[in-house]
Amino acid sequence: MTVAAKKKVLRRRVATAAALRSRAISGRIPWTLVIFVIMATVPWVGSRYDTFLAAQITIDALFAVSLNLLLGTTGLVSFGHVAYFGVGAYVCGILMKTYEVPFSLAFPAAGLGAALFALISGYFCVRLIKLYFAMLTLAFSQIVWAIAYKWNAVTGGDQGLPEIPYPNLDWMSAIPGCGDLSIGARFYLLTLVIVAVSLAAVHRVVRSPFGRVLTTIRDNPERAAFLGINVRLYRLAAFVVAGGLAGLAGALYGIFSRGVFADYVFWSKSAEILIMTILGGIGYFWGPPVGAAALVWLNQVITDYTQYWSFVLGVILLVLLFGFPGGIVGGLDLLWQRVKRLRNA
Amino acid sequence: MGGLTTAMFLFLIASGLSLIFGVMRIINFAHGSFYMFGAYLAWQAVQWLHPTGGRFWLAALLAAVGVGILGAVTERLFFRSLYGREELYQLLFTYALVLILGDAAKFIWGTDQLSVSAPPALAGSVQILGTTQPLYSLFIIAIGPAIAFALWWVLNRTGAGRMIRAAQMDREMLDALGANVATVYTVTFALSAFLAGLSGALVTPIQSIVPGMDVLIIVQAFIVVVIGGMGSLWGTFWGSVIYGQVLSFGILIFPGFSLFSVFALMAVILIVRPWGLFGRPL
Repeated sequence: MTVAAKKKVLRRRVATAAALRSRAISGRIPWTLVIFVIMATVPWVGSRYDTFLAAQITIDALFAVSLNLLLGTTGLVSFGHVAYFGVGAYVCGILMKTYEVPFSLAFPAAGLGAALFALISGYFCVRLIKLYFAMLTLAFSQIVWAIAYKWNAVTGGDQGLPEIPYPNLDWMSAIPGCGDLSIGARFYLLTLVIVAVSLAAVHRVVRSPFGRVLTTIRDNPERAAFLGINVRLYRLAAFVVAGGLAGLAGALYGIFSRGVFADYVFWSKSAEILIMTILGGIGYFWGPPVGAAALVWLNQVITDYTQYWSFVLGVILLVLLFGFPGGIVGGLDLLWQRVKRLRNA
Repeated sequence: MGGLTTAMFLFLIASGLSLIFGVMRIINFAHGSFYMFGAYLAWQAVQWLHPTGGRFWLAALLAAVGVGILGAVTERLFFRSLYGREELYQLLFTYALVLILGDAAKFIWGTDQLSVSAPPALAGSVQILGTTQPLYSLFIIAIGPAIAFALWWVLNRTGAGRMIRAAQMDREMLDALGANVATVYTVTFALSAFLAGLSGALVTPIQSIVPGMDVLIIVQAFIVVVIGGMGSLWGTFWGSVIYGQVLSFGILIFPGFSLFSVFALMAVILIVRPWGLFGRPL
């Protein structure tokens, strides 16, 4: 059997297994709701630090899911996804800090700004094949970085934009139980709701006919083109949606971390988010959020012991690439199938 | 002149990157790490050989050979099983090397700035056209074309070079003809790492050695390789010349935005002619 045929069989097997499992388990327990509720209780049951970590995981999850829309769903390897995250962070930060625009306007503007930039840059990117696509996305992200780093008047240059204000969340006091929460905890809850809604939307998009077309393009672009699908247009659409979502994640991150800095847009950040995505598993919708949680948690645990976090991350990446290309969720999936087979036999 | 020094210097680094891309179709992010190791190893060799300075050339050669061996070992141990895998895995593997080698350098040599003094023969400066030029910069400008010709000679006039060029054109055919493609790949990789190590060692007299120099240089080397054409030796040479001139004129025309102009140039080339000015379409 050729490699391509083997891959196809494997993919089909995984897809069927996933379908069967979702019918068997999620029919009984609404897992996503359970996780959402658990995450939402963090400000009450956990420490301030736990809330901080939960917020980081939540925002990273949205960012990684947006990347996976390109990587896992459409089969585009972007090495500059951080550009759109950065555009969103800067648009929201500049609007809120310099122009004192309320969050309710600045936040959608960040998503639109990032989507617009994704439309312009993506128009050129989707014309290129694999490695050139990766290089051009890298080039665009470095252009964003160069502008952010040097345009002192608007972006603050290498000093960045510190002290971006929190949105006004006084209305949350009206919700029972939220009265004595700090502003950080309130912003976390807002973030959680926004991210949950966004993830639900992405989930719908991936399962929609549009999402199916993207998957077809990933598996066989020539065939998709032969079926009359405008491959470039669909790729561009995925690119714009992914860019806009990354922009939303960036806007949330700028407020969460109390500032936007040029470092956020440096190319190595794109690599980090790629690692997060494949650590979870690019073949699964819930892979990237799992990867985000795992990476944030690992970072906390390991930096307690050693300053050489990059080294550990590199080793994790090696183990992943050579041992578990399906990531955490992919590994669990295989394990689960093996257990099931043993039980059946 | 400053532009030309930068250019020749970048050519040394980018030539190895371009070589690997041409033969193996891999974008090697770890090339910058090899360069950084070249710099650190050169410093280390100078300390061992002659702590007060001197014996620079021997140290540079030792460093380059050391990095070449490191490259060969990496290829044998890891890269081998990645050929034919999706490019995402290849890219991420080279990035894993960046992370590991970066921290390894911090672990071995610490985070302080290190520096190596120029060899005594090249320590002075001369007057050219009314400007003062450090001799060492002139040496870099001279060595760029020298390395280019040496590489050209190796690739076009020796048996090993013929093998490398054949692997570049059609790997499977070369394999079918009975050549040992695996060895060709290892040699190519070692040669590329050697060039990275050599450029890292040669930069030590003009730049201090610091952690993070790996990720900064690799982006510049990418730009050069993209402009000239990945896999093309002379393309890389002219790509570095163009890069150096754009950077130095960029500083004159829009101060502060020279960085922007080189990235914009990279994007424009990729849009208009993805295979570069001197490359061939894949």
